[in-house]
Amino acid sequence: MADSTLPIQGALDITPPAARKHSILEIAHSWITTVDHKKLGILYTVFGIFWLLVGGAEAIAIRIQLAMPNNHFLSPQTYNQFFTMHGTTMVFLVGMTIIFGFANYLVPLMIGARDMAFPRLNAFSFWVTAFGGTLLYYSFLGGSGLYGVGSAPDVGWFAYAPLTARAFSPGHATDYWAISLIVSGIGTVGTAINIVATTVSMRCKGMTLMRMPLFVWLFFVVSALTLITITPLTAAQIMLTIDRYLGGHFFDTQAGGSAVAWMHFFWIFGHPEVYVLILPAFAIANEIIPVFSRKAIFGYPAMAAASVGIAFVSLGVWAHHMFTVGMTSVSNAFFTLSTMLVGIPTGIKIFNWLATMWGGKIRFATPMLFLTAFLFQFLIAGLTGIMLSVSPWDWQLHNSYFVIAHFHYVLVGALVFAIFGGLYYWFPKATGKMLSEKIGKWHFWLFIIGFHLTFDTMHVPGILGMPRSIYTYEPDRGWGPWNLVVSIGGIIQGIATLVFAYNMIVSLRKGEEAGPDPWDAWTLEWTTSSPPPDYNFAIDPVVGSRRPLWDLKHPEDPDWKYEA
Amino acid sequence: MSAIPLTPHISDDQPWKLPSKGKVGMYCLIVAESAIFIIFVLAYLFYIGKTTFGPTPAVLEVPIINSIALLSSSITIMLAERALEHGKMKGFSLWWAITIALGSYFLYGTGVEWYKLIHEDGLTISTNLFGTTFYSLVGLHATHVIFGLIGLTLTLIFALTGKLKHEHNEKVQILALYWHFVDAIWIVVFTVVYIIGR
Ligand code: HEM
Ligand SMILES: [Cu+2]
Repeated sequence: MADSTLPIQGALDITPPAARKHSILEIAHSWITTVDHKKLGILYTVFGIFWLLVGGAEAIAIRIQLAMPNNHFLSPQTYNQFFTMHGTTMVFLVGMTIIFGFANYLVPLMIGARDMAFPRLNAFSFWVTAFGGTLLYYSFLGGSGLYGVGSAPDVGWFAYAPLTARAFSPGHATDYWAISLIVSGIGTVGTAINIVATTVSMRCKGMTLMRMPLFVWLFFVVSALTLITITPLTAAQIMLTIDRYLGGHFFDTQAGGSAVAWMHFFWIFGHPEVYVLILPAFAIANEIIPVFSRKAIFGYPAMAAASVGIAFVSLGVWAHHMFTVGMTSVSNAFFTLSTMLVGIPTGIKIFNWLATMWGGKIRFATPMLFLTAFLFQFLIAGLTGIMLSVSPWDWQLHNSYFVIAHFHYVLVGALVFAIFGGLYYWFPKATGKMLSEKIGKWHFWLFIIGFHLTFDTMHVPGILGMPRSIYTYEPDRGWGPWNLVVSIGGIIQGIATLVFAYNMIVSLRKGEEAGPDPWDAWTLEWTTSSPPPDYNFAIDPVVGSRRPLWDLKHPEDPDWKYEA
Repeated sequence: MSAIPLTPHISDDQPWKLPSKGKVGMYCLIVAESAIFIIFVLAYLFYIGKTTFGPTPAVLEVPIINSIALLSSSITIMLAERALEHGKMKGFSLWWAITIALGSYFLYGTGVEWYKLIHEDGLTISTNLFGTTFYSLVGLHATHVIFGLIGLTLTLIFALTGKLKHEHNEKVQILALYWHFVDAIWIVVFTVVYIIGR
C-alpha cells in the first residue's frame, strides 16, 4: 500500500505558515543565529559539500600532475601542499561534517524529539568547526602569499615527525594544520556529546533501545567512538604545538623524543577514525536497503551488536599502519590478528544486508542504486584490507598506490556512495522537493564508471611498486598508461559530482513536490511534513515498535507482533 | 503536552523515564577529557628516563599538602551539594567557598613549585624532555583546575546574590561531577609524576 497521502495523526494537520517574502538579511540572520537541529544539519551538510568540491578540485590537480611521466603541471612544493590539504579536507571537513550533518538533521526526528539535547552547544559546535576549516584554508593566503600558493600544510594528513619539526617545516604551515584541527576537533567533540545525550535522554515515549532505528544506534556508537578518537589527536596536536611554539621535545629525536611515538598517537586516532567515517555509511545503508527492498531489516539485534563490536575492535588495531616501522614480531602478529577480527562483525553486517534484500521487492531508485554499489564496493575494500593486514604483504605494499587504492575504495566506494544515496533519500524530507531521478541516474552511472576506472586501476601501479606521495616519475617504470586511466577516471568522478551539485540546485527550485512520505518508509521522520516545522511534530509521538509508520499504515499486520 | 500513540497497543500512562541529559553530557565530556589525559600520561610514562641532559625528576619535591588540599575539596563540595539538596543555602555557600579556597590553594602551591623549578633548578618546558613532559601534563591538569574554579566562582556569585535556588540542584551536581573528575585525575598525575617518575 504505497499511499503517501495517508493521514498521519500529528503530522498532516500542520498547515505551513503562510509564505511571506523575507529579505536576504532576514534569511541570513535566521541561518546564522539558528539553534534548530534541522537548520544546523543542513548547514553542516552544505558546508561539507562545499569542501567536497574544494577537495575534489585538489584531487583533480594531483591527478593531472600524475597523468603523465615527467609532468610539470605542479611544482613539487605545491604538489605536497595539495595532497596534504586534499587528505585533511576530505577526512575532517567533508567526511566528518556531512555525517554529523545527517546526524543533526535526522537523529532527533527519528527518535521523536523536538531538538537535540543541547541546541546552543549544537550551534556553537557547527560554527567552531566552520571556523577551523576556514583557518586551515586561510593558510593558502599566509606566508608567501596567494601567488606562491602561500604556506599551506605540506606534511601529509598524517603529519609524521620529524617532518613537522621546526627545522624541517619552517614557517607556519604545520601550525595551521595543528591548530585548525584542534579548533574543529572541539566542535566535533561537542556534537558527539550532543548526539549521545540526545539518544540517551530525548527518545520519545515507547522508544526503547531495542526499538531505536538502526541509524540512531549507529550514530550513538559513532559519537561515543568520536569522544575517544578525536581527543587523542587533539592531545598529539597540542604536543606538536608545544614542540613548535614553546621549544618542547616530544617528537625531537635529538633530545630523546620519539618520532614513532607520534605515529602511535596519530594512528590511535587514525584507525578508529576510519570507523567513525564508515559506521555512518552503515547507518544510511540500514535505512535505505530495507525500505527499497520492502522488508524489515534482517537480524536487528545482530546488527546493533555488530556495530558495538566493530567500534571496540577498531580501538585495538592501530599499529597495522606501522608494520614497516620495525615493531617486534609479537606486535606484528597481534595487530595482524586483531585487524582480521574486525572481519567477523563486518561479515555479519554484509550478510544481514544481503538477507534483507533476498526475496525482497527491490526498487532501484537512485538511493538504492548508490547503496547497492556501496555493498559491493565495501566488500572488495574489506578484502584488500585483509590482504594489507598480513604483515609480510604489507611490507611489500606499504606506502604504495595499493594502499591508496584500498582506502579510497572504502572512503569513496563505501562512504561517499552511501552519502550520495542518503542525500537522494532525505533531500525530499529536508527541502520538500524530490531530487531529479533522471539527473540522478546520470550522476550515478558517471560516478560509478569514474570510480572503478580510477580505483580498480590504481591497485596495479601499486603492485608494480609505485610509491605514494611522489610528485612525478620516470617514463621507464611502466606506470604511465595506468596513471593516465586513473586520472581520466578521476576527472569523470569530478564531472559526476558537478552533475550532482547541478541536480541539487535545479531540484531545489523546480523539483517535484515530495509530500511527507515519498518513499513509503517506516521511521518517524516520515510522519511529519516535508520540510518539518520548527517543532518537528505537532503532537509528541509515542511508539510501540521498530517501524511505527508501518504499523500506522498496516493496522491489520502491525510490526510489534513480530518483535521478540 | 498531549500525546497520541502511533501504535495503539501502547497505553498513554506507562511510565517513561530517561536519564538526565545534563549528566549524560557531563559524563561524555569526562570520557573525552580522559582520553586526552591518557595520551599525555602515556607520553609521560614512555619518556621517563629518556632525558639526555639537564635536570632530572630528582629535583621534584612531593606536593603532599597541596594534594591533601585538592583531594579534600572533593569532600567539601559533596557537603555543599548535600546542603543544597536540603535547601540550606547558607551551608551551601560556606562549603562551596571552602572548596574554592582549597582549589585556589592547590593552584598557588603549583605556582610555588614551578617558581622553584624554574629559578632554582633551571627547568623550563624547553630545557629538556623531562621539562616538556612535566609542564605539559601538570599544566594540563592545572588548566582544568582553573576552568573548574571559574565555574565554581560563578556559582558562588549566583548563590550569594540569591540567584541560585534549590531547583538548580542538578546543575550544581553536574559541575561538582566535573570537579570530582579533576580531583581523580590528580591522583593519576600524582602517581605517575611523583611516585613512578621519580
Ligand atoms: C575491512 C576492514 C579493514 C581492514 C582489514 C583494513 C586494513 C588496513 C591496513 C592493514 C592498512 C595499512 C596499510 C599500510 O599503510 O601499509 C590500511 C590503511 C588504511 N585504511 Fe584500512 N582497513 C579496513 C577498513 C578501512 C575502513 C573502513 C577505512 C575508512 C573508512 C579504511 C581506511 C584506511 C586508510 C585511510 C588507510 C591509509 C592510511 C595511510 O597510510 O594514510 N580502512 N587498512
Ligand atoms: Cu587502520
